[in-house]
Amino acid sequence: MISKRIIPCLDVRNGRVVKGVKFENIQDMADPVEMARYYNETGADELVFYDITASHEGRKLFTDVLRAVASEIFIPLTVGGGINTLEDFDMVLKCGADKVSVNSGAIKNPSLISEAAKRYGSQCVVLSMDVKRVNGKFRVFANGGRIDTGIDALEWAKRGEALGAGEIVLNSIDTDGVRGGFDIQMLMAIGEIVKIPLIASGGAGKMEDFSELFRYDRIDAGLAAGVFHTKKIDIRELKLYLKDCGVNVRM
Amino acid sequence: MIAVVDYGVGNLFSLVSSLRYLGLDCIVTNKEEDLAAANRIILPGVGAFGDAMAKLNETGLAGKIKELAEVKPLLGICLGMQLLFDKSYEFGEHEGLGLISGTVMPLADDIKPGLKIPHMGWNRLEIVRNDPIFKYFSNGEWVYYVHSYHAKYCQDSILAVSEYDVMVTGLVRSGKVYGAQFHPEKSGNAGLRLLKAFSEL
Repeated sequence: MISKRIIPCLDVRNGRVVKGVKFENIQDMADPVEMARYYNETGADELVFYDITASHEGRKLFTDVLRAVASEIFIPLTVGGGINTLEDFDMVLKCGADKVSVNSGAIKNPSLISEAAKRYGSQCVVLSMDVKRVNGKFRVFANGGRIDTGIDALEWAKRGEALGAGEIVLNSIDTDGVRGGFDIQMLMAIGEIVKIPLIASGGAGKMEDFSELFRYDRIDAGLAAGVFHTKKIDIRELKLYLKDCGVNVRM
Repeated sequence: MIAVVDYGVGNLFSLVSSLRYLGLDCIVTNKEEDLAAANRIILPGVGAFGDAMAKLNETGLAGKIKELAEVKPLLGICLGMQLLFDKSYEFGEHEGLGLISGTVMPLADDIKPGLKIPHMGWNRLEIVRNDPIFKYFSNGEWVYYVHSYHAKYCQDSILAVSEYDVMVTGLVRSGKVYGAQFHPEKSGNAGLRLLKAFSEL
């Protein structure tokens, strides 16, 4: 059977990996290629790269980084950040990405999902959602978690699936960077209404957070950044631990 | 020299990078003379069976590949593997290259409801028949799959399978012709070792 996946996420700005807390206080952390090598060796199942630079020069640095990583790391690579058009899809796929994650670009123009799924296949299109509780409801935020779109997260997830997204990354703004565990309540709310694979993001702080996460069949993968980058959690140790807990992981 | 067949289907970045990473000479080509000059051929592919087969036929590459498959090792990957069979039922009925006997059928018809299609992610590859392609590979190592159709009625050529409710055909061989349903170029170090063994056949 298919394994549960452990996915480190690398936020890249001006060619460097950075990390913030609750989308703020961004700190420089490492060279992306070195980090990708380290994750490949320690057993990451997939890598996600988010381009968090907005400038044109940053974009060029990002595709250089992507090409360098894809030339020597042979596991699936997902790329996101600033994907607004089919041309953006084309550019990152040509640099070695296997999947492309859309967020604000799809909120502005939902047909981006259907057009990309038609051209590249659903398996290539990942819908990334930044979600936060507002008055007891799950609300979709855009632009790196800064703008409340007013869109209901459950409706957006269902619509994304119907448009042809092959996977959903659900990032809880409420738990992001806090390391208090994944947002199981939010994940299950979405997991119960869509069939496509669901990747949990936001809140991983310790190994037990992952074993708790994978008690839920509907959740296919756990994504984290800071806890892996700082080596607070070593992926190899995490997988040994999960295996002992009876979770099907790739060793 | 390995010739990677370029017939406008799919992204060859990872495959070419992985061969270069292994220090193997390769050429991405759609020319018959390059296929003839190479000592090994890889047939990649992503997308729909019918479109891919039409492109191979239009360009005349289908005939050349069939001819060369008798004299040099050929490896089909993912859709490239499915093209090696007699026919496929992906959106209609399409003839394949007929290098390995068997039929490509929808996976959804054979697995229990609730299991996701495509079969996408890491799965264990279980060896059912030993072969030189496993020179650097251990039974049960993990490989990366993305597919919605699978090869059936090919019992005699199956080298390895992966369990996804049913036993999914993972790796096949008939004579010098090999096919991998999974992506060795996306299967980490285990996949690289399979490509290395292919380069030494």
